[in-house]
Amino acid sequence: MALPDRFEENADIARRFPDLHPALGPQQAVVESNRCLNCFDAPCTAACPTHIDVPGFIKKIASGNLRGSATRILEANVLAASCSRVCPVEVLCEGACVMHHYNRKPIEIGRLQRFAMESFYASGAAIPKRNVPERSEKIACIGAGPASLACAAELKQQGFQVTVFERRALPGGLNTYGVAEYKLRTADSLREIEMIRELGVEFRAAEVADEAALVKLEREFDLIFLGVGLGAMHKLDLPGGDHAGVVDALEFIASYKLGEPLPGVNSVVVIGAGNTAIDAAVAAKRLGAEEVKILYRRDARNISAFGFEFEHAKQEGVEFIWRTQPKAVSIGPDGKLHSLLCVHTELNEVGELMGTEDAEFTVRCDMVIPAIGQSPLIEFLAKLRGLAVERGRIVIERATGATSNARYFAGGDCVNGGREVVDAVADGKRAALGIVTSLASRTAVLRG
Amino acid sequence: MADLTTNFAGGIRCPNPFWLASAPPTNCGEQIMRAFDAGWGGAVWKTIGEPITNVSSRYSSIDWAGQRMMGLNNIELISDRPIEVNLREITEVKKRYPKHAVVASLMVETKREAWHDIVARTEDAGADGLELNFGCPHGMSERGMGSAVGQDPVYAQMITEWVKERARTPVLVKLTPNITDIRVAARAAKRAGADGLSAINTINSITGIDLDTFEPRPMVDGKSSHGGYCGPAVKPIALNMVQQVMADEMSALPMSGIGGIGNWRDAAEFFLLGAGTVQVCTAAMHYGYRIVEDMIDGLSNWMDEKGFATIEDFRGLSLSKVTDWKHLNLNYKIVAHINESLCIGCDLCHIACWDGAHQCIHLDRVDGVRDGHVEVHDPPSVFEARSRARIAVTPIPKLDPPTNGHGPFTAPLERIPRVDETECVGCNLCSLVCPVEGCITMEERPTGLAPQSWDERVKTGLVASGAVEESI
Repeated sequence: MALPDRFEENADIARRFPDLHPALGPQQAVVESNRCLNCFDAPCTAACPTHIDVPGFIKKIASGNLRGSATRILEANVLAASCSRVCPVEVLCEGACVMHHYNRKPIEIGRLQRFAMESFYASGAAIPKRNVPERSEKIACIGAGPASLACAAELKQQGFQVTVFERRALPGGLNTYGVAEYKLRTADSLREIEMIRELGVEFRAAEVADEAALVKLEREFDLIFLGVGLGAMHKLDLPGGDHAGVVDALEFIASYKLGEPLPGVNSVVVIGAGNTAIDAAVAAKRLGAEEVKILYRRDARNISAFGFEFEHAKQEGVEFIWRTQPKAVSIGPDGKLHSLLCVHTELNEVGELMGTEDAEFTVRCDMVIPAIGQSPLIEFLAKLRGLAVERGRIVIERATGATSNARYFAGGDCVNGGREVVDAVADGKRAALGIVTSLASRTAVLRG
Repeated sequence: MADLTTNFAGGIRCPNPFWLASAPPTNCGEQIMRAFDAGWGGAVWKTIGEPITNVSSRYSSIDWAGQRMMGLNNIELISDRPIEVNLREITEVKKRYPKHAVVASLMVETKREAWHDIVARTEDAGADGLELNFGCPHGMSERGMGSAVGQDPVYAQMITEWVKERARTPVLVKLTPNITDIRVAARAAKRAGADGLSAINTINSITGIDLDTFEPRPMVDGKSSHGGYCGPAVKPIALNMVQQVMADEMSALPMSGIGGIGNWRDAAEFFLLGAGTVQVCTAAMHYGYRIVEDMIDGLSNWMDEKGFATIEDFRGLSLSKVTDWKHLNLNYKIVAHINESLCIGCDLCHIACWDGAHQCIHLDRVDGVRDGHVEVHDPPSVFEARSRARIAVTPIPKLDPPTNGHGPFTAPLERIPRVDETECVGCNLCSLVCPVEGCITMEERPTGLAPQSWDERVKTGLVASGAVEESI
């Protein structure tokens, strides 16, 4: 698959979704980087799933070695530009900063990393290619999300022939289709992937959806990496849940990111209180909906969204309706979505959440966005012969990404159940190293 | 309330010992009067002599870790204003501010008549004292003046004698640090009858080179010249030179301390080494005359706290505490102590001790304490490799139950280093790199041995004398 030459950014979307956090200017970056203590065996580096040498890249900003700073970051994490924008740094590197023990603000690691990466892009530099001999072994990476991209980039850097398969029009997975635009623009995700393509990774548009396709891949490639992510979002299994006005959160986010407007929608109800629910709710607000409500069956302390995401939603004017669950989507006589029929919830004596029997009530809305999680790709995985699956996740050896089938490695959401971009990158890179070791031992056996 | 009024070098009176040094902040009468309004006790007029032509640009600086102007360098020469204008303004300032000290810095060619003439005219104008500029290290020195004179004790003594033949007011000699031993010039001034000394003038420097144009700074049409370095960076050098002069009987005179003074604490240090007044330039160029308010207020509060009524009560108090290395007690032992409850776990002390000192701060509180030499411990690289081999994931509330606290202290126990006192040599390095005030303290461990210095060991024949005593 050819990457699009240029992704046409929608001007209206760009206007409605400016950067959530402003970029650091050069002098701000130097002042901030000088604040870093340069800890030994730094806790921020340990906390980062990809173990970016944080003090190392920060002190390179301080010394004015911006190119060295970016390449230091890229050595550990090839999707460093998007990670600098989408990582929940509060619970990762910045959460581990020793400044917290010192009654001081942690170093703004995320913004510094973004500064280094944006300087790198602005300079027109490419990811430095490692000087290694070309290898003939071929590896297929299925899915073009962060896990596959990281795996493919590392394998290519080690000289192997790598092909990434993607069923959608654009590569990048959730980085391209699923991250709130004020955090990471689709255009930026594509620019980052272009750098990986320039390393020599081949991209092919193809859906690997049946056994025949897998058998064919096994014939063409030595090893296969599965970075297929999670499946579609859970459906709203209620009367009226299949109405056109019910759009799941990921579909909603993907459509506005690609420039789809939100016509004639004034009030939106988002069901669920995870990070994706908040991304969808805030987006609806920015797209012009006057009233956006998040409906959640428990209360604020049970939400799965990060604390800073919850705060952000409130600042954007999103309202929350706690301890409530939907019973049906009401359609008006004109066939339009009209409201959501709800009941309050309570905990019974054994701690289970139950709908109450008291009066039902309606919440008026023109659109319902369920954000109640993604289903595992059970159907797809069931097709893979001899691949151990547990609770809908592929079982792997953590350190190498090896599955129970020696021809397959895996990483990202399809093995970890749905974490962050940086976790997928770490999985992909570990799997690449596992693949390298596996191929080396195979060669050794052949030679032996 | 402490009394800061000062009578310096036998007759220069001022409301406080804080003077502006001869430099751009004292270029003209208008500036000096505003400085007196802000609280300065005295000012040394920008050096008066035959007017020169300056270049543009003139200054460059060293920034450090995001802070501006840790050190400042200049290639400006003496006053570019006519002598009569400067003298007329001295008269005006003295008329309006009779209680403040106006000292005229002077530099003319090495001729007896020239010096006699400028001394007479300056004193007639009303100056309270004279400062002979034997220190300017750039430009003027190429014309046989400034540091060219200060570096040659014969000339320094001769010119000071010429000035003393005429002067009715106190004469201060400003010393250059660009000399092997500052006492040589100080002794020459004292032999010639100088009433006081000012030290130090600026230090020869090239502050840096532009890595795009390869031109040193400050750049004048593609070239530069060495300049005079001053500002916070030079204070330790200045303190050492002031101590050298004040501890030498043949040199010591009333001292106006100069070099990197930016606040009352710096000033107090110069007083403790014997200075009677201090002069400030860089800090005033950086922040303006207003900085003197806290210099006065801070010094007064500190003096009240310590029970000093006047500067004379503590002037020179630290001189007896500076000695030659050979007199230091070799049987005194201190070791580092880490206060676990203050430690933030940056582990800078660990790496500093391993790479820069004596390999005695370890990360072994969890794995088991081991005392002894370097071989029994894992080196720092092993700790780094271990952390990077660990699989870390983003904690997701739904997937990961919250972990319990990590120990009794703020920092995780495995990140709080431990000092092996059997190996610690008490060098101070860990306490210097520690970012947390009071976290690493140096504590005495009695050796049970009577104090003994190297000198005493040599004298008792315990060791062979390895060094030849030097004297000047």
